[in-house]
Amino acid sequence: MRLGNSTTCYGPVAILFHWLTALGVIGLFGLGLWMVELTYYDNWYNEAPAIHRSVGILLFALVALRLLWRLINPHPEPLGQPLEKRLAIGMHWLLYLFLFAVLISGYFISSAKGRPVGVFDWFSVPATLHDLPNQEDIAGVIHLWLAWGLIILSSGHTLAALKHHLIDRDASLRRILRFTNDK
Amino acid sequence: MSRTRITSFLIGLLLLASGPLMAAEYKLDTEGQHAFIQFRIQHLGYSWLYGRFNDFDGSFTYDADNPDKSEVEITIDMASIDSNHAERDKHLREEDFFHVKKYPEARFVSTSFEEHDDDTATLKGDLTIKDVTRNVTIDVEHVGHGEDPWGGYRRGFQGTTTIKLKDFNIDYDLGPASTHAEVTLAIEGVRQ
Repeated sequence: MRLGNSTTCYGPVAILFHWLTALGVIGLFGLGLWMVELTYYDNWYNEAPAIHRSVGILLFALVALRLLWRLINPHPEPLGQPLEKRLAIGMHWLLYLFLFAVLISGYFISSAKGRPVGVFDWFSVPATLHDLPNQEDIAGVIHLWLAWGLIILSSGHTLAALKHHLIDRDASLRRILRFTNDK
Repeated sequence: MSRTRITSFLIGLLLLASGPLMAAEYKLDTEGQHAFIQFRIQHLGYSWLYGRFNDFDGSFTYDADNPDKSEVEITIDMASIDSNHAERDKHLREEDFFHVKKYPEARFVSTSFEEHDDDTATLKGDLTIKDVTRNVTIDVEHVGHGEDPWGGYRRGFQGTTTIKLKDFNIDYDLGPASTHAEVTLAIEGVRQ
């Protein structure tokens, strides 16, 4: 079985990366908005942020691997009008940019005082940049707005895929939904 | 220099020399970091959590002949709260607690100072947090005073008071054991 992409289709690895990222982003966004409203005596008060941090670090690793995979693989050509193709390429890179930025800004909140960020009970990531003035507050504001930005971009990305599927009736959506060995 | 100028210069010197006889003004030694605003609050009733405010400034006056005339004034930068935990400090600065964006400063201005025989005193003053002003009573220990090794004159006090968080519009529920916080001011002033 072919694992990589061709110039027309996504391989199973890219498809898995895509949907794991989507699941991670939506899950972390919902969890993040929910956990900051929890009260002190809520059962999830400590656990929800711990899961948010852990999944965030894992998602960072996943997106980094995904980017690497993309760079060493052929990439399916975008479909549609020339302008749409340029927009699609721009959107994909913008999504990568926001993904990295939102994940890194989250890490800068938790590690702002030099504390490592734990990933479940498995391992922890040491702090790098820390003790900058008001680091946790500034990183917090940036994290929230970037998260909203990422969700808005992802919604645009989804609507564009639906437009390709329903209006243009091309393979854009189909080729990320299932792996086909044929061209 | 004219004669009048010399005379006024000499009068000035005389006034400076007589300084100790008047109420002396002391500036908090924040530069050398010999002043601290610490707090502690119970965690669930099982332990004490300690924190501090890193940035504040102020001054006090003290007249050994008339100590009850002493005055203290301290302004605290609330964003400088530090409990050695980034996420907690971030939370403490938000609306649930000190809302430092809206209320960046807290202030303490003394209203009375009553010295007792055993180097202790009772300090009363208006404490303003989140724009709520309440009169608080601080039990003060006059720790010591005298010349420092670098040509200055220093005097230090330490005082503790307990404040009810709800009194200052902080009503986030931390549990029944954590409704009050103990605040300790440990200040050393350099005579100006």
